[in-house]
Amino acid sequence: MNGRKFNWLVLAGFLVCVIAFVSFFLFFARFPVTRDFPWANLLLFGLAAILLVMGLRRAFSHADVFRGKVFGTILAALSVAILGFFALIVFVGGRRLPASHGAPQVGQKAPEFDLMDTNGKSVRLSELLAAPMNAGRAPKGVLLVFYRGYW
Amino acid sequence: MRGIERNLEAIEAQGIRPVAISVDTPEVSRNLCRKAGYTFTFLSDPNTEAIKRYDLLHVGAGVNGHDISRPAEFLVDATGTVRWINLTENLWVRARPEQIIEAAKTLH
Repeated sequence: MNGRKFNWLVLAGFLVCVIAFVSFFLFFARFPVTRDFPWANLLLFGLAAILLVMGLRRAFSHADVFRGKVFGTILAALSVAILGFFALIVFVGGRRLPASHGAPQVGQKAPEFDLMDTNGKSVRLSELLAAPMNAGRAPKGVLLVFYRGYW
Repeated sequence: MRGIERNLEAIEAQGIRPVAISVDTPEVSRNLCRKAGYTFTFLSDPNTEAIKRYDLLHVGAGVNGHDISRPAEFLVDATGTVRWINLTENLWVRARPEQIIEAAKTLH
């Protein structure tokens, strides 16, 4: 069976699938338009599916010409697993956040705190609200951005 | 964080001082700021004191089951009153700089 052609469509489909997964975390998650809803990555997954389906179809219907019945099936199964993992991380895992019913609401006083800055110096919320910024004026407000951190 | 740094001038022009808070130690935050080029204030809350006071504790969500902060944004006016909040329900969806600037415009 050495005369049969290498079925590059299934390999290309699998590689596009890997790119669809990795590119979210390395690239698309940087931009709100492609992160809030990962449409760019889902498009790539769609492209991967088309390539894989085309590759598998010719592997099975033209088995005399094209290879890829076995490795095509394996790559397709892996691709489905990758898509499932992606959906799990982005759509399910991303929503596993505590409800925070006790967070200060609009109109309430923001709780005071005393934390260390990057130089290890202690900083209070009241100081952040009072310390001059633009042309020596105190700020109109402070935006507190709580984030998960890098531990 | 990236969005805030990129729009820092516009945010500061509204008289808003952005401050990032996490459980990271000052050293980790310092490295992050250096590597990512963040120039605004980063504060460390390794004992989750402020994070608990704002009810943002995400129990066991960090490495080795450490407690960390869930993502959240609060705009606090000069009197110390909360004027705008963004408690995202999805890790991948955060406040956009435009939203922050819009909220800032309502402050006096």
